[in-house]
Amino acid sequence: MTVKTADVIIVGGGVHGASTAYELAKAGVKTVLFEKEYLSSGGSGRSAAGLRQHFGTEVNLRMAKYNLSVFPTLEEELDTGMKLEFTQWGYMWVAYSDSCMEQLNKNVTLQKSLDIPSVMMTPDEIHEHWPYLNLDGILGAAFCGDDGHINPQTLTMAYGHAARRLGAEVKTYTPVAKLLAENGRIKGVVTESGEEWHAPKVLLTAGPWSTPLAATVGVELPVYPERHNILITEAVEVFNCPMVLCLDDGAYFKQCPNGTFMFGRDDQGEPHTVEAGNSAKFLEGVTKSVIKRIPALKGVRVVRQWSGPYDNTPDHNAIIDWTPVEGLLVNCGWSGHGLQFGPSGGRVCKELLMGETPFVDLHRFRLSRFAENDLFFEPAFI
Amino acid sequence: MAKANVICRCEEIEIDEIRKWIAAGYTEFDELKRILRVGMGPCQGRGCREIILRELARATGKPLAEVRSGVIRPPVKPIKVKLLAGEVD
Repeated sequence: MTVKTADVIIVGGGVHGASTAYELAKAGVKTVLFEKEYLSSGGSGRSAAGLRQHFGTEVNLRMAKYNLSVFPTLEEELDTGMKLEFTQWGYMWVAYSDSCMEQLNKNVTLQKSLDIPSVMMTPDEIHEHWPYLNLDGILGAAFCGDDGHINPQTLTMAYGHAARRLGAEVKTYTPVAKLLAENGRIKGVVTESGEEWHAPKVLLTAGPWSTPLAATVGVELPVYPERHNILITEAVEVFNCPMVLCLDDGAYFKQCPNGTFMFGRDDQGEPHTVEAGNSAKFLEGVTKSVIKRIPALKGVRVVRQWSGPYDNTPDHNAIIDWTPVEGLLVNCGWSGHGLQFGPSGGRVCKELLMGETPFVDLHRFRLSRFAENDLFFEPAFI
Repeated sequence: MAKANVICRCEEIEIDEIRKWIAAGYTEFDELKRILRVGMGPCQGRGCREIILRELARATGKPLAEVRSGVIRPPVKPIKVKLLAGEVD
């Protein structure tokens, strides 16, 4: 059997894999990406695709700020003909308790120190801006008007399309069966159809599927899947409703650029599985919660619901690090906020793979933090 | 100008756009759905799915039965938010 070779092998065709392939191809690196189905078929394409600069730690904020500097011109840059549907209608974190208010205040203070245009708003100010919101019982909210939305599927596919145009090989419907290592060094991958590929460097960025793949070369990742649900309504008149995240029960909603509304809520007791399934309980819970806050949507029809897996870590932050197997880089464990980090994730992985210094200090994302019990606590995760 | 040959009525996608993306290498219904939103609207592909699957079969030389057809998601037919929330008129 012929073994094929590349400079870098990427395992996983979500947004981080696709953006890294694009960055590497742009730099002239011979790259091949393996995806088990179509690009964006895992967590990326199932994401609520909120773009925010509301985080409570400096490194996440620096990366979030970089993401938001890339998105406005990305459709033009990738030049694929796919519409990325980027909007900046804002992102609001709504507090119902004193402790939440205190934390949001702290986060916003840090954001302001990094020149992110976030503000705290009073209930009256919120009512004045968005009179259709019915946020009884709230104490206030953090809001950033530069934040917004992007189409997570075309984002991922456009990165992949542009990577291909620049010479990367993007192999869809080609699941990787296992990684290959020899004498403590990564060697390549074997696909489920038995194709063998060798490369001196491999990036594993397969969301929750990363864990079993890393185990094939003896690397243990504390990353596990957790199912989350979303629904979408029919389109209504576009009134630029921002993303509204309610911190009492975790319900959120926003208008998408085509006029549809997206609702989501973190339900307790959802299975820890990568299998996409659908829960009727979710439909009832989320609709009850959301129409309290935006009663105008009562008569709007729900068109579809879907689910997708978060790739959770114990501290709900990503792992971006070289593993003990030399040449094997991982970027996974984003725990539900990874889609929007596609641009910065692709950039730092390209920098690491090319032996450059990453544009942000990635120390907090290191794999060994779990064993060292030095977790990376991020106060603004959902 | 009025569109000719609209295949997906929910999203107003013409056959030429579908053929263009198939020619660009997107030979799965699930890929065309994500690029063009075909099958994402209120009818979830009742109008367009069969036509697109035939286009894919023709372009790939696969028998129609072997072209992956994508999924239809609950609640299948659109239902008002207030009914799902248990409110009655």
